[in-house]
Amino acid sequence: MNPMLETTITVNGTRVTRRVEPRTHLVDFLREELGLTGSHTACEHGVCGACTVRVDGEIVRGCLTLAVQANGRAVDTIEGLSDSGEIRDLQAAFHERNALQCGFCTPGVLMTAQELLRTRPAATRDEIRDFMSGNLCRCTGYQSILDAIEAVLIARRQARPA
Amino acid sequence: MNDRIAPDQLAPAPRAEERKPAPAPVATRGYIGASIPRANAKRLLEGRGCYTDDIQLPRLAHVVFFRSPHAHARIKRLDLQPARAQPGVIAVFDGRAIAEYCTPWVAVLGHLKGIKSPPQHAVAIERVCWQGEAVAAIVAETRAQGEDALAHVEAEWEELPAVTDMEDALSGRYVIHPDLGDNICFKRELVTENFDAAFAQADLVVEETFGFGRHTGVTLEGRSILADYNAAEHSLTVYHATQAPHMMQDIFSRHLDIPEASVRVICKDVGGSYGIKVHVYPDEMATAAISVMLRRPVKFVADRLESFLTDIHAREHKAKIRLACTKDGRILGFDLDDLTAIGPYSVYPRTSGIEGNQVVNLTGGPYRHKAYRAKMHVVFTNKNVTCQYRAVGHPIAVALTEGIVDLAAAKLGIDPAEFRRRNIIPDDAYPYTFPSGIKFEKLSHEQCLDKLLEAMDYRALRAEQARLRATGVYRGIGLAAMIEVTNPSPAFYGVGGARISAQDGATVRLEPTGMVTCLASVTEQGQGTDAIFVQICATAVGVSVDKVRVMTGDTGVTPYGGGTWASRGAGIGGEAVLQAGKALKSNILDVAAAMLGVDKATLDVRDNAIVDGATGEAKLPLAEVGRVGYFRPDTLPMKFQAELSVTRHYTPREYGFTFTNGIQASLVEVDTDTGFVKLLKHWCVEDCGTVINPILVDEQIRGGIVQGLGAAMLEECVYSPEGQLLNGSLADYLVPMSGDVPDIEVAHVCTPTKQSELGAKGVGEAGTAGAPGAVMNAINDALAPLGARVTDQPFTPERILRALGRI
Ligand code: FES
Ligand code: FES
Repeated sequence: MNPMLETTITVNGTRVTRRVEPRTHLVDFLREELGLTGSHTACEHGVCGACTVRVDGEIVRGCLTLAVQANGRAVDTIEGLSDSGEIRDLQAAFHERNALQCGFCTPGVLMTAQELLRTRPAATRDEIRDFMSGNLCRCTGYQSILDAIEAVLIARRQARPA
Repeated sequence: MNDRIAPDQLAPAPRAEERKPAPAPVATRGYIGASIPRANAKRLLEGRGCYTDDIQLPRLAHVVFFRSPHAHARIKRLDLQPARAQPGVIAVFDGRAIAEYCTPWVAVLGHLKGIKSPPQHAVAIERVCWQGEAVAAIVAETRAQGEDALAHVEAEWEELPAVTDMEDALSGRYVIHPDLGDNICFKRELVTENFDAAFAQADLVVEETFGFGRHTGVTLEGRSILADYNAAEHSLTVYHATQAPHMMQDIFSRHLDIPEASVRVICKDVGGSYGIKVHVYPDEMATAAISVMLRRPVKFVADRLESFLTDIHAREHKAKIRLACTKDGRILGFDLDDLTAIGPYSVYPRTSGIEGNQVVNLTGGPYRHKAYRAKMHVVFTNKNVTCQYRAVGHPIAVALTEGIVDLAAAKLGIDPAEFRRRNIIPDDAYPYTFPSGIKFEKLSHEQCLDKLLEAMDYRALRAEQARLRATGVYRGIGLAAMIEVTNPSPAFYGVGGARISAQDGATVRLEPTGMVTCLASVTEQGQGTDAIFVQICATAVGVSVDKVRVMTGDTGVTPYGGGTWASRGAGIGGEAVLQAGKALKSNILDVAAAMLGVDKATLDVRDNAIVDGATGEAKLPLAEVGRVGYFRPDTLPMKFQAELSVTRHYTPREYGFTFTNGIQASLVEVDTDTGFVKLLKHWCVEDCGTVINPILVDEQIRGGIVQGLGAAMLEECVYSPEGQLLNGSLADYLVPMSGDVPDIEVAHVCTPTKQSELGAKGVGEAGTAGAPGAVMNAINDALAPLGARVTDQPFTPERILRALGRI
């Protein structure tokens, strides 16, 4: 019935090849096939952002993307960003401000925040609030998340040579 | 992208925080009061936590449920065989099959006099009573195969009348459970002796009816359970996203007939709970039973639709409240008539009578009136069940009280802050017994009010509000004073016969290297339990925080205890950790005194070492005590046994509850053309006694407030008259996102409870308790010049436009 499609994805810098059902979502593939359980699902239809991962450098909803769509592409997850050190400052700022409680939203929030930091280094607090409004966090009330992102944004801006 | 770096190209650089020295203790109270980041948050920040759904076991099977499409129906025919034949399907079960392994339950408690509820099965037999009730279970090799097979279940129904309206339910026109005689689950009446006189002599009596929408917790992680039965041992290990592992151990044991000591409940990381994950859910019981039946591990994780259909809902209330006062603004009494609907069953084992009971207990909370009458009915309906969700009853009691207080103040032309000042219980009036019978040890309403008005610059805000009104901008300021139940004693559940521990325990152990391990029965759900226990334990023993490891959430490992609910973790669990830590320190000093041949009284433990208590001179590293205590006890005096592991427990006894108090304020702007409300700012002053970690406390309050804002502005489980849930997805049921909420200023007054040495009271629910009332008052303050008023939550744009007569 469901033909399996051979799919090759570079996940966090490592090439993996698997035969996957076309209907398998990227986030389920990462979690169940590769054991990368840092990406979560909470709504499974693109509303909450818990499943956010990067495909070829841009964030996508892992619950709206099929694994086969990532064939031949590079996928980065929270585990990869953590190991590479790319968001170490962001993670430290979240830790410092307790910008997470249960942590279930956190990987997705960090992925989105890093996108913001990379693409809008001059964002104001209101713009940060706006950019982050696709990531649901039920625990924190968001203020500490915005504080942490804002602090990193300023720190990275200052660290950049003028 | 060129900024990606593959892990193998990386030299593992030491992380900044690993190189930093451990945070220094605060002068006299050690780490109590220090904002130390939570050590256990690091794994969550790297996506390396372990939530229940992350666990895989060999031979793991997946359970999905076929659920009722009707609110009330008889099952005429159920054919599971076509589903059984689908690829990957391992087994199919109906309610009768499950019932052979899992006995039904009845959720009543002795101290809620007259409460009644019918027996409830894990999977429905013969009849379904709400849309979403599980009717059959399908077990498959993968969740996807199970879901595919669901489409092949054949069912025929005889629809029965669905009772969905509370008043209709109360009327008893159609009785959902004929054996019970009527639709009333529980009722309570209370009247103080002086009630009639107080209302007769009043200069002013104001009255209003308020409505509260049924809403739910929306934990980001759905309910999750992995049950692993070992047939050889007749033992069951359950990995469970739960707040109360020992309660669940007892329940699995009794309903599956497995000896209690052979049931182990392990609670790994939990993706939010807020009261949602402290109840017994039929589908979770069925999952555990299926593991026994199939003799293999099985997992069930609720998806979002299942969460909306079956996670407990809460707070569907309609309440009439009256307030009597004198013309100079002295409140004489309150009169409450509350009606609440809980779905077709009282929820096990805490019952669904507690929320309404709390509304009766807490209404009028901050004020010093003497007269009170309350009437409350809890009725059955054919919607999903309701039960205790964060701040149980408080948001209703606070909104009712504060809404009617504002109305009285407005009628008398007294400023709402001034009206409150005249009526709040003075700070020197304690201990104080409230008309509903509850007792307050010591509260600080006056200090909190002062601090709040100063923090928000109340006068300036009022002046600005008046200025803006002249330009057609409608801003409103709302206040909501509150009291909150925390640190519950056995009076909450135990006295009623519930096997729910009111005490908690901690075991603290010195490791041979000088590190300290703390095993505690309170659980971590992200609120920071582990972190504060590290701080308390380090302080009590005399070590630095980096030397302490905390383990929670495993009935096979920790002392027995209640877990996380009713804002009890810090106040009860924290005290147990403190006492265990102090006892360990004393035992460490016994060993050190024996090693050094000096009087124990001359020694102390500070900064990971045995020191001379008077001079601070270092005598021995703790690791040396560990080495000798464990590996060379032969060098210690004959008959001396080192006891480097200690367990202590704590139960609050003097008061039924340790009340906290606080006050919130909201500033809003109403767009009178669209009905949209912009939340501009929110303030909260809270008195939770000793603050162990200020940043964690503030974040509990902020997160709680935002859940309260959601209830006030957005959230409602909307049912059709036929009992169909109309908004069972996160696209339709709105929760606050970052763009919806204001920044929140938090401040504290600190009145430690004298019942415990630690002095901590709870803080997890205060935000949720007060926010809806504050926002409601702010909106009504904004609408006042237009003669409009809203009383039904959530305050959607449509309701505001209706109030304004625009639609
Ligand atoms: S799970 Fe993908 S957006 Fe919610
Ligand atoms: S930290 Fe729990 S959902 Fe964001």
